[in-house]
Amino acid sequence: MPHLAVSDVRAKYGSLEVLKGISFSIEKGEIVALVGPSGSGKSTVLRALMGLTPITGGDVDLAGERLNYSSSREVRAARDRMAIVFQQYNLFQNMTVMQNLTLAPLKIKRWDRAEVEAEARRLLGLVGLSDKIDAYSDQLSGGQQQRVALARALALKPQILLLDEVTSALDPELVGEVLDAIRKLAAEGMTMVIVSHEMGFVREVADKVVFMDAGQIIEAGTPAELFDTPKTDRAQNFFSNILRH
Amino acid sequence: MERILEQAPRFFSGPNLTLLFESAMLTLGMTLAGCLIGFGLAFVLVFLRQTPGLWALPLRLVCITYVEVFRRIPFIVVIYLVLFFIQTVTPDASLFTIAVIAICLYAVAYTADIIRGGLESVPATQVEAAQAMNLSRLQTNLRIVLPQAWPVIVPPAIAFAVSFIKDTALVSQVGVFELTFRGKELNNQGYSGILVFGTIAFCYFLLSFPLSLLGQHLEKRLATPRGERRTRKIRQP
Ligand SMILES: Nc1ncnc2c1ncn2[C@@H]1O[C@H](COP(=O)(O)OP(=O)(O)OP(=O)(O)O)[C@@H](O)[C@H]1O
Ligand SMILES: [Mg+2]
Repeated sequence: MPHLAVSDVRAKYGSLEVLKGISFSIEKGEIVALVGPSGSGKSTVLRALMGLTPITGGDVDLAGERLNYSSSREVRAARDRMAIVFQQYNLFQNMTVMQNLTLAPLKIKRWDRAEVEAEARRLLGLVGLSDKIDAYSDQLSGGQQQRVALARALALKPQILLLDEVTSALDPELVGEVLDAIRKLAAEGMTMVIVSHEMGFVREVADKVVFMDAGQIIEAGTPAELFDTPKTDRAQNFFSNILRH
Repeated sequence: MERILEQAPRFFSGPNLTLLFESAMLTLGMTLAGCLIGFGLAFVLVFLRQTPGLWALPLRLVCITYVEVFRRIPFIVVIYLVLFFIQTVTPDASLFTIAVIAICLYAVAYTADIIRGGLESVPATQVEAAQAMNLSRLQTNLRIVLPQAWPVIVPPAIAFAVSFIKDTALVSQVGVFELTFRGKELNNQGYSGILVFGTIAFCYFLLSFPLSLLGQHLEKRLATPRGERRTRKIRQP
């Protein structure tokens, strides 16, 4: 049984249906990449999984439990098991790096303080920011903020990590440091759903690529299948355009 | 002028000064008490007003109506309403209590909008990041939104309290022994109006000026980025 199975998920913004029945699944330790043109609904898929955008239909099975996000209990359960990293980092501006990492583990998960702080230090070491532990986010570069955001999500010990274009707000010279941090997670066997425009990176780390357009999945397969021998015209167009750049 | 000079020594005598000092403290006390309680209640009101869901619609309506109505009533009318309402409920309520309640009711309506504006100035993405970690609405407000909203809330809230110090003169109408009331009294005792109300004016200035300075100080401090605020504190011996 897959770790996360999304079946026929639909979502609307007002009267505009932005997810028109999305289905994909992910095994433990796998990395699935969502790719597609701007506005195709990639972010909305991640937001729906986190209960930030309500779904109007479909099912989500997470670790054997069915979640329809219809009750606050189910939304909490989803948020308890998954963590998201946003494109714009969204670090809490009023808190230091350490406080950002420890807030939810201490106050929501109610884990032991000593363990939470030790884990936070380990994660900051993992993303190479041990010296920034007491910094506020306005004292950090974009790349550093994004690595803190990554560490903050990991501090929740999520079963699945959702990454929404975590490098696209960064200056090109800062992209590498964030991708390196994600590579380490991949090597550790973290289960991830990644939205990314970095096709080279996707090809390198993803086990499965899901190509979306206009709220639908057009094609899914291994990176080699999609990049080298796409079956649909839309995927062919998209990849030949994006890989040329 | 001669009359003023002649009256001055007698006017600035011990009993009169004590009287003025006491009434100044009364003015300050009821303003601060009313505004602080009102400020606290305004937070509750704003929080209730933000309750999501259809079932909370009546609640939201009540909150909105309260703010919109009280902002449109002259303060003096609020005072009389409170006076007559409280007196029918508990005839022996003190005038000070009545004044504080009136100030409080008025302050809730005004500061609620200041607070709401402050909370709304915090980017929605901060709220989403908190929600995604399962923080409740109250936790999100207290730990994430409010700390970031202070710089937007504090300056106008203090400005409101400062300007309200003078508006409390209106409660002299119902006989609270605050500054203006004492002024009228002293004037009736035969002291020159210019002398009396010149002194009263100066008292109002003395009451509100330090509060204005405090407001300016807080405004500057809150406008400093957190990182720098911190290093500055450490550098100081
Ligand atoms: N808050 C919103 N209100 C209304 N419409 C929205 C909102 N957010 C997104 N949309 C619309 O939903 C659709 C999908 O948006 P989404 O952000 O999921 O796309 P995306 O694939 O992540 O695009 P990008 O690559 O630009 O991030 C788009 O048509 C977008 O205009
Ligand atoms: Mg997006």
